[in-house]
Amino acid sequence: MQFDLVSPERSLASLDVTAVQIPGADGDMTAMADHAPTITTLRPGILSAEGAGGATEYLVTGGFAEIGAAGVTVLAERAMPKADVTQADMDALMAEAKSAMEGASTDALDDASKMVADMAQAAALLGLTA
Amino acid sequence: MPSLKDLKNRIESVKSTRKITKAMQMVAAAKLRRAQEAAEEARPYAERFNAVMAGLAASVGGADSAPKLLSGTGSDQVHLLVVMTAERGLCGGFNANIAKLARSKAEELTAAGKTVKVLTVGKKGRDAIKRDLGDNFVGHVDLTEVKRVGYGDAQGIAKDILGRFDAGEFDVATIFYAKFQNVVTQIPTAQQVIPAAFDSAEDDADGAATLYDYEPSEEEILADLLPRGVATAIFSGLLENGASEQGARMSAMDNATRNAGDMIDRLTIQFNRSRQAVITNELIEIISGAEAL
Repeated sequence: MQFDLVSPERSLASLDVTAVQIPGADGDMTAMADHAPTITTLRPGILSAEGAGGATEYLVTGGFAEIGAAGVTVLAERAMPKADVTQADMDALMAEAKSAMEGASTDALDDASKMVADMAQAAALLGLTA
Repeated sequence: MPSLKDLKNRIESVKSTRKITKAMQMVAAAKLRRAQEAAEEARPYAERFNAVMAGLAASVGGADSAPKLLSGTGSDQVHLLVVMTAERGLCGGFNANIAKLARSKAEELTAAGKTVKVLTVGKKGRDAIKRDLGDNFVGHVDLTEVKRVGYGDAQGIAKDILGRFDAGEFDVATIFYAKFQNVVTQIPTAQQVIPAAFDSAEDDADGAATLYDYEPSEEEILADLLPRGVATAIFSGLLENGASEQGARMSAMDNATRNAGDMIDRLTIQFNRSRQAVITNELIEIISGAEAL
């Protein structure tokens, strides 16, 4: 199954994989070959693509994933390989999410605080402090 | 008739100008390559994004509950023109062409009785339309400090625009930029971003044929993606602009270098002729002096 990870600035990965774990907005999902065509938005989290050479993991925030007959395309607003994420990157993302929460109207507050919580969870998965 | 010394100075000064324009051309050529690469690398995201959005918009667009960013505010009285140009000049007609397109659009809208507001990105475009549209300026984004345009810059601009939209400051937003065709051709383009307009021609191949499940609902995904769509459109515009600017500068500087070369040739001929005339004159004086004795 073809897997593409694309950020607005460039294409980050294009691999042949067996399964992709996607941090969907409504919960994680794993897409394998012949998955029903689905479009889901992403929450901040770890995206993992399992191929012949083991799993490749990325930190992604925002965007959406398109699961089609040809494979999985993830359009992430920001994505970086898990190994490259530093505490400084995490701090910047966290600060951004928090400032969005502070500026949010009551309608958007739920989404914003969920964003912060997701971010904290992603940080914990990476072994960093939020 | 200028003196020999004047001519010599003139030739020297044109020569140094030629050196500068030649250097600028080469710098622009190097930057152009990078700008083109950046534009190409960003293309897959924009294409996929638009394909998915077009599909979503087609299925949700007609509903009353469609987000305002897609269906519009129900009026088209107030227009926001986002004029994106370069921070630097000396790039031929690049800035002027975008400004011209924006100006004619503004005139057209004003003639139709609409209100026009202008947000400028890039100093040069601001200067170019200040005289005609100065009163309509609502804001300016300065990218002077930005060496390489990133998605973050586009997000900043999009956030500004969306904030104004939410505040009800305008109904329709259009971005102006120059599409990069090749080094000599850049096409000034106007693209409407709010309410979002999608090319429906693209989704006929495979997009429309597949029926997708949506998680969460179509409406929620659309509401989440529409603001990102504005940022994506602006980012593509900025990248096209980046490549166009360097392309325009490259051909402008190539012309300037060639002109300087022609000018040097002309001045050198003039210099040699004058020198010849001076020598002939001196000879005549000597000969006639000798004859007089």
